[in-house]
Amino acid sequence: MKILTTPRMERCIGCHSCSLACARLVHKRLSWDTAGIRIRTSGGLSTGFEARTCLACDPAPCAEACPTGAYSQRKGGGVVVRKKLCIRCGECAKACPVDAIYLDTTVEPFVCIHCSRCVKYCPHDCLEMKKVVTEDEAAEKEEEVQS
Amino acid sequence: MIRDHFRVLTINLSSGRSTIVEVAGRNEVAGGSGLAALLFNKYGHMEKPWDDPEQPLIFAIGPLTGYFPLMSKTVCAFKSPYHNQYAESHAGGRSALAIRFADLDAIVITGKAAKPVSIFLGSRHIEIKEVHYLWGMDVYATGKYLRHMFRGSGHRSILRIGPAGEHGSAMAGINADTYRHFGRLGGGAVMGVKNLKGIAIQGDATFLLPDNKDYPKIFEEVHKQLTDTDMMSKYHDLGTPINVIPLNKLKALPVRNLQQTSDPDIAGISGEKFAEVALLRNNACAGCPVGCIHIGFVRERFAKENRYLYRQVAYDHEPIFATGSMLGVLDCFRVLDIIDVVERMGLDVMSSGVALAWATEALEKGIISEKETIIPLKFGDAEGYKEAMIHLAMGTNEFYQTLTKGTMVAAERYNGKDFACVLGQEMAGYATGEAFFTSQALGFRHSHLDSAGYSYDQKTEEKDAAKAADFLIKDEQGRVFLTSMLACLFARGVYSDELLGKCLNSVGYTDLAGSIADVSRHIQKLRWRTRVSTGFDPRSVSIPKRFTEIVTWKGTIDTEYLQSLKDEYSKRIIELSAEDDKKPEGKT
Repeated sequence: MKILTTPRMERCIGCHSCSLACARLVHKRLSWDTAGIRIRTSGGLSTGFEARTCLACDPAPCAEACPTGAYSQRKGGGVVVRKKLCIRCGECAKACPVDAIYLDTTVEPFVCIHCSRCVKYCPHDCLEMKKVVTEDEAAEKEEEVQS
Repeated sequence: MIRDHFRVLTINLSSGRSTIVEVAGRNEVAGGSGLAALLFNKYGHMEKPWDDPEQPLIFAIGPLTGYFPLMSKTVCAFKSPYHNQYAESHAGGRSALAIRFADLDAIVITGKAAKPVSIFLGSRHIEIKEVHYLWGMDVYATGKYLRHMFRGSGHRSILRIGPAGEHGSAMAGINADTYRHFGRLGGGAVMGVKNLKGIAIQGDATFLLPDNKDYPKIFEEVHKQLTDTDMMSKYHDLGTPINVIPLNKLKALPVRNLQQTSDPDIAGISGEKFAEVALLRNNACAGCPVGCIHIGFVRERFAKENRYLYRQVAYDHEPIFATGSMLGVLDCFRVLDIIDVVERMGLDVMSSGVALAWATEALEKGIISEKETIIPLKFGDAEGYKEAMIHLAMGTNEFYQTLTKGTMVAAERYNGKDFACVLGQEMAGYATGEAFFTSQALGFRHSHLDSAGYSYDQKTEEKDAAKAADFLIKDEQGRVFLTSMLACLFARGVYSDELLGKCLNSVGYTDLAGSIADVSRHIQKLRWRTRVSTGFDPRSVSIPKRFTEIVTWKGTIDTEYLQSLKDEYSKRIIELSAEDDKKPEGKT
């Protein structure tokens, strides 16, 4: 499994291409809010930029907080989203410790699904898909070593 | 949001009331420059002076803003304190996307607040907040306070003025998001006279995208062209300062108030030098992956012990020419020092640099004395210029109060018109010859970006005034459509009319897509008609003697050709503004 990481945010120039790409390609919207990755300044434009995006927690507090199963644990971290199950209670956003979930005016949540579609739009290579070893894969590997 | 009309927020600072107005005309004026002219005709007053409280301050975006890369600029329109005529000033930054996501096509601010105020607006809120405590603060400090006062970090734009705007300087710009500016023709004074210190625009709306297969396909095509080709590399790499060395080699770089057109020591302020020693990082306008904003640093030792502070200062070719070569300051860090003061004061860097270059020569010639300049201005003395910039912004004495109205105003008052480097307004950083001088002197914005006169000078040997005027008019027409889309003009090589047509079609502006040539022509005429209605007469514009005294790679300036080109271009402008103008009929 791979997750979206932001290892080189010091290079970010604040073009918002990643957010706009996520909104456009994943959510079919024109927006810099309804996106799984959102860019903000660290305290003014002279201080550089930060990305608000899912850190791929495992266990994910947002999935635990979701009362309907709209958010469930994704293998390798983060969540699998089933929009049809969402009742727009906003509990996921409250539970997220890093403010990675955006609620729109109808309380619809938007979170990174680690699909990688934003990565190629970053002109400075700030973003990277990183391979993570899931518990199952780790167990398999351990078995291979033992055998 | 795709709509066949314009959604305009009007704010009256006298009454404190706001309204949303639906304005018709999408297929006639498109947006941006065209929309600004339309709105000035609706809300502006041709006869009243620029500082009449009823005069509007207009911000407008284009139909493709946010939908495609580099559709990232905003046009600001107003009656200018510089010439008391209709004017446009353009800026990047985040305001274009912020206005898009505030679900607006334009903002029109009229009236005058009783006390200093800032406006905070978004798609679902508007607030006019009294900020008397910010009055007098510089641009940096104002920005910091406004950031704390209004929410929306990262997804908002903060426009503000410094002391120059508060003092009504015709050289006061509006700072946009720290590193960009609505710099020219005194927009800052228009905010100042309205008691408007800042505007924070939060982009907090979201729109569904057009439900078709074309839009994503065209987006990819545009994005690929803008990022994969070499076309944008000069902006991405060294940025516009890449021009310094080639212009110097061509003997086309204004140096020391245009007493020279090159200098052997120019390497100290070249794009290469800035990149090597002073470039800290890059920044981008929202929605632009090119990231042409180059940010350098100023490091200042403020105590005897090793105690330093630093500030970040954006640079480009124009600020480098205006505070560097034009002032004989040929060290990149000293140039950044001067730009830093200009930024804090909220002055337009090109106008103020060129104004001080004139003042320096006037002092050398004994036309004025230190009684006027306060500082013993001397080419190359950056410290003196830093202080003089503050006097210019503050209008410390009668001399600076006069100079800040425009270099030519001071030149007329103190008698130094021959060497005032004014082409409609203070010159831009190109001394390429007759076509450029004519195009800036008579151009709509008095900008090097109105049409590519500087390029025409370099590519054409022929001295045919009619052909050159044809080029200037035609080139302006193409650019006026781009500035109505509000594309960054750096993308002009990519956004052909054909590609713009495809873009417009893909988001649903089919009528507009089918009538680009007609609409461009209509906007061009509308803009000129508006300008002429506020008093512009191209025949009255003169090109000072200094411009005829220079030597470029082509040799001396051909004064006869210059005069005939000026006459021809004036004639075309008058014809355009007077021409019968049928509104374009979009093809369906």
